[in-house]
Amino acid sequence: MPKRLKTPLAEKDVRDLKLGETIFLDGVVMTGRDEVHIHALDYLEKGKKMPVDFKGAALFHCGPIMRKAGDKWEVVAAGPTTSSRMNSLEPQFIEKFRPGAIIGKGGMSQPTIDAMKKYGCVYLAITGGAAVLAAKGFKSVSGVEWYELGMPEAIWIMNADNFGPLTVAIDAHGNSLFTAVNAKVKENEAKAREKLGLK
Amino acid sequence: MDSMLSEADIQNVTVELLRKAVVKLPRDVEDALRKAYASETDEVPKMQLKAIVDNIDLAIKGNTPMCQDTGVTIFYVTLPRECKVNVEKGIVEGVRRATKEVPLRPNAVHPLTRKNPGDNVGERMPFINWKLHDQDYIEITVMTKGAGSENMSAMAMLTPSAGVKGIKEFALNTVLKAGSNPCPPTIIGLGIGGSSDIAMKLAKEALLRPIDVRHKDPEIAKLETELYEAINMLGIGPMGLGGKTTMLGLNIEYAYCHTASLPVAVNVQCWAGRRATVRIFPDGKTKFMTHEG
Repeated sequence: MPKRLKTPLAEKDVRDLKLGETIFLDGVVMTGRDEVHIHALDYLEKGKKMPVDFKGAALFHCGPIMRKAGDKWEVVAAGPTTSSRMNSLEPQFIEKFRPGAIIGKGGMSQPTIDAMKKYGCVYLAITGGAAVLAAKGFKSVSGVEWYELGMPEAIWIMNADNFGPLTVAIDAHGNSLFTAVNAKVKENEAKAREKLGLK
Repeated sequence: MDSMLSEADIQNVTVELLRKAVVKLPRDVEDALRKAYASETDEVPKMQLKAIVDNIDLAIKGNTPMCQDTGVTIFYVTLPRECKVNVEKGIVEGVRRATKEVPLRPNAVHPLTRKNPGDNVGERMPFINWKLHDQDYIEITVMTKGAGSENMSAMAMLTPSAGVKGIKEFALNTVLKAGSNPCPPTIIGLGIGGSSDIAMKLAKEALLRPIDVRHKDPEIAKLETELYEAINMLGIGPMGLGGKTTMLGLNIEYAYCHTASLPVAVNVQCWAGRRATVRIFPDGKTKFMTHEG
């Protein structure tokens, strides 16, 4: 049986996660992408109070499609966005806000891997584009902050129930599945180049 | 042509076209994904492709967009020469309505202020490419392409001496650089020749052809197959987590170019190669070419 964890995540549970392991999440998951990273760090610099607490949180690189039914929001589609866009701000975000997990697609760069190791955070990969499947993992939406940033860029506070499958693609010990794949791709590149008649 | 069509008809068809485009993949792309799922043997890539094919079914069942990134709306319209109806206005209003009704994610923002009007309509957006033909019907194609893959697109002005090898090198390097980011398995559109802008346009138009149809020029078709096979040797795999399937298809379009130039452009498409085409006849009847039944 794959492991099920509940947010906020305890550092010990995060450190125990193994590279390549499949897990499912319960509890609050918050979305945050480009603008949330920019705004949160700006708030910190100006000493403004954040509307949410990211400590031990699962931060989802996601700009969902939401629909308002009566006075409640519903998750229509909520797949991951490309995490590498957040590479430049994530190490600082992890240091200052201490999330327990970052959920996204495509992986992140070495400074982020290092920050995850230092502060106890993992990167959970979820299949890009599989947004209806992902939305099934959220049973309700308890709120939205910074809605003025636009639907894709706001912080959506969603309640997960068996959200996944998520693959531990960067662990809290400096290991990354993507680094391993990249090393293999480098080897394969030589064969591809030979086939194309390139040096 | 004495057509009974109105702007409202165009608007209604545009909403329906966008709904079909974001909910259901064209046959060729879905077939390629199911084949890829069957062919992967390792657990990690198999799990990624299972999520993808399960998601295809769930989207159709719930009549819901398969991916939250419903793109910016790029249209290709072919009009009869004597078309009197305001197709442009019908499409723009159709996009506005579809954003609410389907719903689509409001993606279109001002490039500097990043202000989001919330309806996917703004300066030059939706973007419409126009053509004329001698038939009596209007043909509208829409491509709803996400930014994850579009952000990986690239173009180069090669020298003629770089030749076919230069083209191959550029295509290979663009896929390597994109790596896990564009939601592989990808589809690659390669535009060769013309000028800088024409090569980019051709690269995107190449994505409108079904991926199981090779170019009619045998030299181009050969290059399509060669690049497709070579790139699938890379092992980037679904979502960049490793595996056999890095790419679902590769299409090339070309144009004659200046004797001193060799423009090359790559347009990267994620696995969700969403496109939909409709023909609207003078009596108001419609035929959805990519989404029959």
